[in-house]
Amino acid sequence: MIIEGRAVLVQQDNVDTDMLYPGAYLNIDDPEGMKPYLFEGLDPGLREELDGDVILVVGENFGAGSSREHVVQAMKAWNIRCVLGKSFVRIFYRNCINLGLLAIVQPQAAEEIKANDIVRIDTKAGELSAAGRRYSIPQIPDFVLDMVSSGGLVSWASRRMEENTGP
Amino acid sequence: MPHTLAEKLLISHSEVDDASPGDIIMVRCDLVMANDVSGPVAFRQMERMGVQRVFDPSKVVMVSDHFMPAKDARSAALQKRLKSWSDLQGVYYYGQGRGGIEHTVLVEDGWIVPGMVIAGGDSHTCTYGALGAFGTGLGSTDIAACLAFGEFWQQVPGTIQVEFTGHKGSFVAGKDLILAVIADIGVGGGANAVLEFVGEGAASLSLDDRLAVANMAVEAGAETGIFPADEVTARYLDRRADREWHPERSDPDASYVRKVKIDLNSLEPLVALPHSPGNVVAVSEARGTKIDQVYIGNCSNGTITDLRQTAEILRGNRVHPDVRAIIVPASQKVYRQAISEGLIDVFVEAGAVVSTPTCGACFGGHMGVLAEGERAITTTNRNFKGRMGSPLAEVCLANAYVAAAAAVAGEIVEPASICSEPVR
Repeated sequence: MIIEGRAVLVQQDNVDTDMLYPGAYLNIDDPEGMKPYLFEGLDPGLREELDGDVILVVGENFGAGSSREHVVQAMKAWNIRCVLGKSFVRIFYRNCINLGLLAIVQPQAAEEIKANDIVRIDTKAGELSAAGRRYSIPQIPDFVLDMVSSGGLVSWASRRMEENTGP
Repeated sequence: MPHTLAEKLLISHSEVDDASPGDIIMVRCDLVMANDVSGPVAFRQMERMGVQRVFDPSKVVMVSDHFMPAKDARSAALQKRLKSWSDLQGVYYYGQGRGGIEHTVLVEDGWIVPGMVIAGGDSHTCTYGALGAFGTGLGSTDIAACLAFGEFWQQVPGTIQVEFTGHKGSFVAGKDLILAVIADIGVGGGANAVLEFVGEGAASLSLDDRLAVANMAVEAGAETGIFPADEVTARYLDRRADREWHPERSDPDASYVRKVKIDLNSLEPLVALPHSPGNVVAVSEARGTKIDQVYIGNCSNGTITDLRQTAEILRGNRVHPDVRAIIVPASQKVYRQAISEGLIDVFVEAGAVVSTPTCGACFGGHMGVLAEGERAITTTNRNFKGRMGSPLAEVCLANAYVAAAAAVAGEIVEPASICSEPVR
């Protein structure tokens, strides 16, 4: 799988789900409706940078807190193609994978990539490049790659259903 | 191969004979739960999977609690959808006036017994670890797969053993134990791991205190938190749950990611200052911090134990004129118990507002959100920036004694300073 996009940075650590999508907007249940509230508690101005294919570059312990999938649904609606970070919190990471959004841990790249750098990710080669620098990607479990490349848990489950094997 | 309690529960709910931390396995659910926020998004995803019916209606529970009672038409529509879907699928539905906050209701109504695996569309599903169950919070698409197939994928986590030594002193509660753990290991310290609570200090905790501890395991980034079931668990479940269960423990030679010890003998009441549950100080260090609102309730600390502690402080006292106090029993049962014990009268007499069970202001939904520049002390589980309203408000976390004492004093004080005062 090859993913390319422009880097948008969220530089602080411990960004939680209340910053990413505040509780007041949790009574919205369709992704297009969620879109306008992404980053609302962090920096609403960040939304103006979400033009075209975007690689979101984040810090440590990203996505702490709630299981609210609204965060990742809204990211998908904005065409964020990958979240590249120093570390992710479990439920947020799961939500990304389940919605077919690749989340990659690469602390050095997350530190060095500058805003608007074009980031290219090649999962098969196990590397990513940005501004002429190359970084190796830690091994992603086959199961996770399979899920993401098939478009997330919905497609993965449908495919398993068709194969009649159950998930 | 020796295993920890959490590893045993996951392996016993999978098709594999053995597994080690890091392995990805499919895990069978004994119960799937969702609410008015996570449920409707999950139903949409289940439809997209092409599945019409849930895998087993007897193993699915829906609870309206987040925007309940509905704060506006959009919230009302979510609850309407939750009920009509539940009726169609034939699954148990807790609506307004029927239950209360999901985690409290599922525990007190006997849905949860030791050894179960519960998938919940809410991050605080880890609360069920208080009963020796593996409860884990999942997003809506995960929940959709659980509803459809009764399974979720899981990377087997390692286990961090948290040993509580000694016994807790007066005005110290479950909240302080878990705040001490989070302060020790950090908000990311439980990543890819389960917190297992053991030791004489753990064994001596009431079930309500265990609920408070397990509830906040997720604030350390842990997959879940778990207490091995014991006599306290058995007594709690007696005449409450009719499912069979057998106590299970970690093997003596099981391997742990790390071991942490917390000495309860020297533990004081604590306060988590804004804006992180890991920003923990002793209550004495926070003394003098002015407070605009006190909120006592939520899935970690809205039990009858918390309300009794609150009443101990508020009885004969008045809520400070500059403070708004909101008290939220976590369930209808807790509410009725508080009425029969005369606690609600104490709260209202003191000048507090008492609300029906709801997640309400805890997640910034409704019924007590904060204005810019305001500061609250709450018994809830998160004090993230903007969690309870304005991003320019501040939230401090504490046990019910400390929160109630702040309601009386108008600032953070040691609870002993209120209880030892003559009755006004």
